[in-house]
Amino acid sequence: MTGPLLDLADLGLDAGGHLLLRYRLAQLRPGQRLRVRGRDPALAVHLPAWCRAHGHRTEPVDSTVDGPQETVDGPQETVVVRGERDDLRWSAAQRAGTPGGVESHPPARWGMAARGALLEGGGPVPDFDLDDRDLVWADVAPRLYAHAAARQWDPATAVDWAAPLAHGAEVEAAVVQVMTYLVENEQVALQVPARFLGRLHPHFREVLQLLAIQVADEARHLAVFTRRALLSGDGMGTSSAGGRASLFTLVQEDDFSLATFLLSVLGEGTFVDLLGFLARYGPDPVTRRVALLAMQDERRHVLFGVAHLAQHASLEPALRDRLRAAVHRRHDALRDTAGLGADVFDALVVLAAGSWTPAAVRLGYRRVRELEARMDSGRRRRLARLGFPADEAAELSALHTRNFM
Amino acid sequence: MSRPGLRLGAVEYDPKVDRIWAGFRAWFAGYGLDLTYRLYPDYDRQVDDLLDGRLDLAWNSPLAWIRAQRMARARGGTVRPVVMRDTDRDLRSVVVVPADSPYRAPADLAGATVATGAIDSPQATLIPLAYLAGLGVAVDVCRFDVGVGLHGDHIGGERDAARALAAGTVDAALLLDATHLLMCTEGTLEPGGTRVLAATAPFDHCMMTAGPGAPAALVDRFAGQLLGMSYADPDLRELFDLEGLTAWRPGRDTGYASLSAAVDRFGFYDRTGAPGLPVYAR
Repeated sequence: MTGPLLDLADLGLDAGGHLLLRYRLAQLRPGQRLRVRGRDPALAVHLPAWCRAHGHRTEPVDSTVDGPQETVDGPQETVVVRGERDDLRWSAAQRAGTPGGVESHPPARWGMAARGALLEGGGPVPDFDLDDRDLVWADVAPRLYAHAAARQWDPATAVDWAAPLAHGAEVEAAVVQVMTYLVENEQVALQVPARFLGRLHPHFREVLQLLAIQVADEARHLAVFTRRALLSGDGMGTSSAGGRASLFTLVQEDDFSLATFLLSVLGEGTFVDLLGFLARYGPDPVTRRVALLAMQDERRHVLFGVAHLAQHASLEPALRDRLRAAVHRRHDALRDTAGLGADVFDALVVLAAGSWTPAAVRLGYRRVRELEARMDSGRRRRLARLGFPADEAAELSALHTRNFM
Repeated sequence: MSRPGLRLGAVEYDPKVDRIWAGFRAWFAGYGLDLTYRLYPDYDRQVDDLLDGRLDLAWNSPLAWIRAQRMARARGGTVRPVVMRDTDRDLRSVVVVPADSPYRAPADLAGATVATGAIDSPQATLIPLAYLAGLGVAVDVCRFDVGVGLHGDHIGGERDAARALAAGTVDAALLLDATHLLMCTEGTLEPGGTRVLAATAPFDHCMMTAGPGAPAALVDRFAGQLLGMSYADPDLRELFDLEGLTAWRPGRDTGYASLSAAVDRFGFYDRTGAPGLPVYAR
C-alpha cells in the first residue's frame, strides 16, 4: 500500500508516540489511511488499543492474519483509518469572542473560558450575574491594571520600620487610635470588591484583575496599619458602634454600581484626603510612609470607580437617580448613629497638633477642619464628573457618612 | 395515557454509571420514550432479573451476555443483541512479562506464576488464561480479586496485577491491551520495562441485551435512536465520554466464542448459566 507513512522508529505510544500519531492524523480527512511503522515491540498491541479509544480503527497490512498473533521484534506496519471523532467534537465549537474585544453581553457559557478561546460545545453554564459591559466596564481598566501591577510594594521593605518614634505617649496613643480606625475601614474596603469578584463574568478580565489587585492592596494596608499600631506597644484602640454601623451599610450593598459609588467614589475618595493628611501631619516617618503608600493605591481605586460609573452614567442617565437614592438611603440608615467616633476625631486633632499645648491643639483642630473641607470639595468634584450639577453635588456630599468611608 | 416505557438494568461499577443513565433517560424522555433504569451491584442479579422479566434490557458485560444466552436457551427462549459501543469491538488480551525476562514464547511460562485480574474478569482472567491453557501452558495463577461480581469492569484487579509484575512478585501479568497501554502511560509499569509476550485473538466486550419478553418494536425503536446518536451533540458527548464510546454500533454476536470456550473450559457457568467454581479458583 502507498500513501502517507508515519515512522515512529523505536518510539512507543507509551512514551509520546501518540503525539506524532495525532499530529499526522489531524492532517488527514476521516476515512483516509495512514501507514504507521515502528520498532517498539508493544506497538502492534498499543496501536489498535489507542485507535479504538480515540475513534480511529486499524487494518493489519496483511489482513489474512487471524487468530492468536504473537508480536515480533522487527519493524511492523499497521494501517490506521482516521475516524471522525475529533471533527465531531469540534464541529459546533465557537470562539469566546476575540482576545482584545469586549462584548456587551458575553454568554454565560463563556464564563469558564479564556476570552478568545475556541470553545467546545457543551460544558457548564455558570451564573455570573455581573455580565453587562455597560455595568462593569471602564475603558481605562486595562491601563489601571497594568499600573497597579507595576506599583505593588512589599510591606516588609517599603517601610523603614526601624525609624525612630520621637513623639510622646499621648501622641502615640492618638496614632494607635487612628490606625485602629484605618484597619476596620480597610477590612471593609477589602470585603466589598471581594464579594463582587465571584459574580463578575471573567470575560471582563481586566476588571476582574483590577478588583483582585484592589483586594490585594487592601490586604497590604491591613498589614501595615496593624503593624504601625503595634509598633510601640501591644494594644489596639477603640472601635465605635456608629463607625461599624456605617461600614456595615457598605458590606450590605448588593448592587455593583451602588457599592462602587459608595465605597470607591465617596468612601475611598474621602480616604485619599485622610491618608494625604496623615502622610503630611503624621508625627513619625513610619506613619507618614504607610499613609503615603496606601494613598497611592486608593487613588487607583477611586479612578476606576469614577471612570466606570461615568461611562455607565453616560449610557444610562437614570443611573444618577439610583446613585442619589443610595446616598439618601445610607444617610437615613445612619441618621441615628454617632458617625465618626469622638476618639478618632480627637486623635486626628492630637496627631496633627503634635503636642498638648493650647496653640498646638488649636492648630491641630484647624487642620482637621481643613481636612473635612478638602474631603467635601473632593467629593463634590467627583460627583460633578459623574454628571451631577454643582448644587446637587454639594447636597449629596453633605449627606455622606460622617465616618468618612 | 402513559408513555411507552422500557426498563433497563446497568451495573454500577462506578458512581458515574448513575450519571450516564440519568443523562440517557433525560435524552430519551425528549423523544417520548420513558426509559427507566435500575442499577445493580453485580451482573448475576441483573441477568436474573432480565431473564425473569423484571427488566427489558440489560447493559451486559461479555460474561453476562453469555450467561443470559445460556439461561434463555435452557428455558427455551432467546435473548437478543441490541447495540454495543464502537469500543466494544476487537479487544485483545495480552501476556506481559518484564522486558529483561528470559521468556520468549508463551510455552516458556510453563510452571510460572501469572498475575490475573478478578476471578470473573473476561479480559484479564478468563480469556487470556484459556489462551495459555489452549497452548498447553500450565501456570500458577495469582489472582487479584478486586470488584468481584463486576466482571472486570473495575480496573483495580488489573492494576494490582500490573503492580505485582512491576514489583517482581510474579513472572507475568494478563491484561487488556488498553490496560497495558494505560499502565505504561500512568507509570504503574515503566514504559519499555515490560514486553508483550503474546496477544489473544480479538474479542468483543459489552452487549446491550434485550430480554426474552421485551417488547420488540419498542426495543427496535430504542436501538434505532441509540444508533442515531451523534458525538457532535454536546449533551450526548459528555455521556459518551463517560461511557467510553464515539458511536453505538449494532450488537453482533460474533466476538464471544473465545470467552464462551473459556467459560466451558474452566466451568465458570454450566450450559444453563448456573455459576460454578472455576478450575483456576479451586
